[in-house]
Amino acid sequence: MTYSPHTDADRVAMLEAIGVESVDDLFADIPESVRATRFDIPPPLTEQEVRAELSRLAGRNRIPEVSFLGAGAYRRLIPAVVDEVVGRAEFATAYTPYQPEVSQGTLQSIYEFQSLVRELTGMEVASASHYDGATATAEGALMACRLTGRHRVAVSRAVHPQVRRVLETYCSGPGVAVVEVPADLSESGSGLTDLDAVRRLVGDDVACLVVQEPNFFGVLEPMAELAEAAHAAGALFVTLVDPVSLALLEAPGRYGADIVTAEGQSLGIPLAFGGPYLGLMAARMNTVRQLPGRLVGATRDAAGRRGYVLTLQAREQHIRREKAASNICTNQALCALAATAYLSAVGPEGLREAAERSTIQARHLVATLETAGIAARRFTAPYFNEVALRLADAGARHAALVEQGILAGLVVEPEYPELPDTLLLATTELTTDEDIRRLAAGLGAAS
Amino acid sequence: MTLPDDRRYSREHEWIRPEDGDGVIGLTQFAVDELGDIVYVELPAIGATFTQFASFGVVESVKAVSDLFAPASGVVVAVNEELRTRPELMNSDPHDAGWICRITLAAPAELDALLEAPAYAELIGSE
Repeated sequence: MTYSPHTDADRVAMLEAIGVESVDDLFADIPESVRATRFDIPPPLTEQEVRAELSRLAGRNRIPEVSFLGAGAYRRLIPAVVDEVVGRAEFATAYTPYQPEVSQGTLQSIYEFQSLVRELTGMEVASASHYDGATATAEGALMACRLTGRHRVAVSRAVHPQVRRVLETYCSGPGVAVVEVPADLSESGSGLTDLDAVRRLVGDDVACLVVQEPNFFGVLEPMAELAEAAHAAGALFVTLVDPVSLALLEAPGRYGADIVTAEGQSLGIPLAFGGPYLGLMAARMNTVRQLPGRLVGATRDAAGRRGYVLTLQAREQHIRREKAASNICTNQALCALAATAYLSAVGPEGLREAAERSTIQARHLVATLETAGIAARRFTAPYFNEVALRLADAGARHAALVEQGILAGLVVEPEYPELPDTLLLATTELTTDEDIRRLAAGLGAAS
Repeated sequence: MTLPDDRRYSREHEWIRPEDGDGVIGLTQFAVDELGDIVYVELPAIGATFTQFASFGVVESVKAVSDLFAPASGVVVAVNEELRTRPELMNSDPHDAGWICRITLAAPAELDALLEAPAYAELIGSE
């Protein structure tokens, strides 16, 4: 993209055209007292100096040699073709274009993305993406409120704590109450959402039950039973799922999920501090009018050729204004493109292999640490590719290993005071046997 | 355009036809002609209550989205289910088969505040 700064002559011409003397006159409405007069920023640098400064800052990054950190963000294999597709200038925008229909390639890529999300989730309609899994989940809860006319949502304590915080933020504006459903985190507990508590807490004033699968602790929830319990109270079932897990687990559409959301980072998007991430969202066709976000549809033009359009826009803020399905969402077109390229490149077989390899390595990890007497599984329910382990002095040992270039997952206690001495460790298809050996050696030595 | 004289009309272009103590509500021919092809109607829930002139639903056409305003206060006892799959009925027969919902009137005297056919004809003639 070319960048052409305005010349002084350009500025004079523009000021003359609108009839003001100077740029400062444009701010005349702002009282002097609140104007910024001085900015505390460093002096300008040359390009060379900027490069040197950025290199210096980048040098402060500590990139672990071995990492078992997951907790919602996963280091996965990204085929080179993903970067190649995402890097194409034609696609280089984060947004849908303002005249979308002239950009048929962009719309087609979003349509393919929606089709892939539908297939993965087993749902009838998928949106063109959201900021991230957390905001998609919050939007899903608000969507459930609109569909049911209820103003209370129930969320499992085994849902990612950051997702629950985003949910609470989203619910605070429209005055929706958030009720926490306990999970069995007791000694020798299952790690699962408490089904009896669901039946007790999800009443006929609750719009939806929000559950994560696999849940924050990596264990597999009884999704069909949870769906049934929600539906028995007339509430909807909103699920936050790991898209890679769907290569092995049942599609949410088949166990009664009404709104499915997911964090799509695992699908071809590299890990970076703060993102970008990718929200996936899918629902049933009879609720599409309340689905937030952009939606691309396929149609035929006057000559009968296949074409793509933005469809059902009357749900959106530029038409429906304050009554839009959402006024605070936008899509992540470039990340959605990465996910589309990733899924197309690996295919159903490749995704299954990634999921299988991830779960196999998790079992290898648990067996290695348990056999060595270093750590033991904290929960009893079946797990996927992430596991909560109990070990003495978890925090101190975790910190000691960071110094050795080993990131031993996440210390759970700051988020869950009831779970001291617990580490949450994730494995993916990139986790090697050598990684597991080094972790075991490090934890064993640190004990 | 012929305006049935068995009902009252609101300035927001809804009609309401009294029927056995209830009121049947719809959009006027003028309104649907202004909206163009109607593609979706968000119907109120049965049992929902609303007050006169409050928004009770939404109608979406190919060129606009508009709120529906209740011409009278009441409780919804029936909705036109056929509009869920055939919203175009509102264009083809707005004063009869394209009805939207039926309410039990909370205050029948409210209808006196609405327009009779000639007054409504005058209103739309001037718009």
